[in-house]
Amino acid sequence: MIILQHIGRYSLLIKRAFARPEKHKMYYFRLIREMEALGINSVGIVAIISFFMGAVITIQTAYNTENPLLPTYLIGLAARDSILLEFSSTIVALILAGKVGSRIASEIGTMRVTEQIDALEIMGINSASYLILPKIVAFMILAPFLSVLSMVVGIFGGWIAGVSAGVVSTADYVYGIRFAFIPYYIVYSLIKSVIFAFLIATISAYHGYYTSGGALEVGRSSTLAVVHSSVFILLFNLILTQLLLS
Amino acid sequence: MIEVRHISKSFDGEQVLNDISVSFEQGKTNLIIGKSGSGKTVLLKCIIGLHEVDQGEIYYSGNNFTAMNIMDKKKVRQKFGMLFQGGALFDSLTVEENVRFKLDMFTGMTTREKQERVDFCLKRVNLENKNDLYPAELSGGMKKRVAIARAIVLNPRYLFCDEPNSGLDPQTAILIDKLIIEITEEFNMTTIVNTHDINSVMEMGDKVVYIDKGKKWWEGSNLDILNTDNEELNNFLFANKMVRQLKNINDSRQ
Repeated sequence: MIILQHIGRYSLLIKRAFARPEKHKMYYFRLIREMEALGINSVGIVAIISFFMGAVITIQTAYNTENPLLPTYLIGLAARDSILLEFSSTIVALILAGKVGSRIASEIGTMRVTEQIDALEIMGINSASYLILPKIVAFMILAPFLSVLSMVVGIFGGWIAGVSAGVVSTADYVYGIRFAFIPYYIVYSLIKSVIFAFLIATISAYHGYYTSGGALEVGRSSTLAVVHSSVFILLFNLILTQLLLS
Repeated sequence: MIEVRHISKSFDGEQVLNDISVSFEQGKTNLIIGKSGSGKTVLLKCIIGLHEVDQGEIYYSGNNFTAMNIMDKKKVRQKFGMLFQGGALFDSLTVEENVRFKLDMFTGMTTREKQERVDFCLKRVNLENKNDLYPAELSGGMKKRVAIARAIVLNPRYLFCDEPNSGLDPQTAILIDKLIIEITEEFNMTTIVNTHDINSVMEMGDKVVYIDKGKKWWEGSNLDILNTDNEELNNFLFANKMVRQLKNINDSRQ
């Protein structure tokens, strides 16, 4: 019953969030601010994690394919497919669920407990739309860019690590990257990143919006936002993989 | 004018408001007083529509607010000004942006017109040259004054204040009370103030409504309150030893 209650409340909140904005110009300004806060400010963490994950994937692949019958360019190929198919969308989304999700939930939760949301409602403003819609749109616009960044930096990190460790040459790595390349994998990854962005933004906003109490409850909402976003990312990863790759 | 007719409200089966009827007059400062947990904040939130009432109606200038659809309620709410207990200023916006917010949202004023209006409102609450500060950089009293400036920026017809003096020193509290009285008269608003501060009751209670255990027990002016024989109200207002002695002196003179 509680799950049904949450689904119902979540659906109603999303419906309210997508209502017609009071003044488009104000929403546009908020959209730009959110793009900076949620997207641009995540570039650093995505780049750092992608670089090291690409490096680790390459070295692990190399040490697990030491059979002389296997060509070394497979290291590049395995690194490419791991990064494109899973890492740049799913793992990056899980990382962003922690960073962006907790930020959204704590920001909106704090606004709730300090009566700022009530203040918006009293002014005759649809608080759900004003606060949540720009976050959803901003994150859905920027998530694919973060995903592409993760792909590029991850593959670059793999190349640096592979060559530095002496497990693969530049020529073999680049050949592996280009070998049997399926462009649809990028499309698949980008579709996933957009849907994961929607899940992170809406689930976190939901937990923040319905926070009640004080600072302790804001922290609790923030934690729940990260946990639930992560669970739904994994669930939808399974569903989308079956739908898009089968 | 705001009229409350027979409203009741309960949460999880617990009756918080029980058949309350009262009217609040235009151009006057109307006070809702009562102990903590008496139901006065719930009553205020019902009046402004943050809580749906279980029974009864609320009328704004003769129009039934409880029966309105969301769009009509939004239009009425645009005539509201609200001063929350903690100020409820938007943390991410500067003082100027907080005050300008409603102008940006609901008017087609030019940048210059908005700037003039913001400056006027900030000057009105004696907060000049603080435009670029963020709420975190302000004292409690300054936050309340910015909240008042934000509340009056669109010339509201109704002003609601939820415990405007909480957390303030007595001198600043009196300044805030005076400011509320002045702007109520200046803009001819219907003002409702929620408080349990005896100083505020004496300072600005054109009309005072005493709430306890979700029921209305007494109503009158701040002048009537000194002579009331309502025991519950006397126990609430004159709980302080010094104030009780002052009342005894007043009673003996009469």
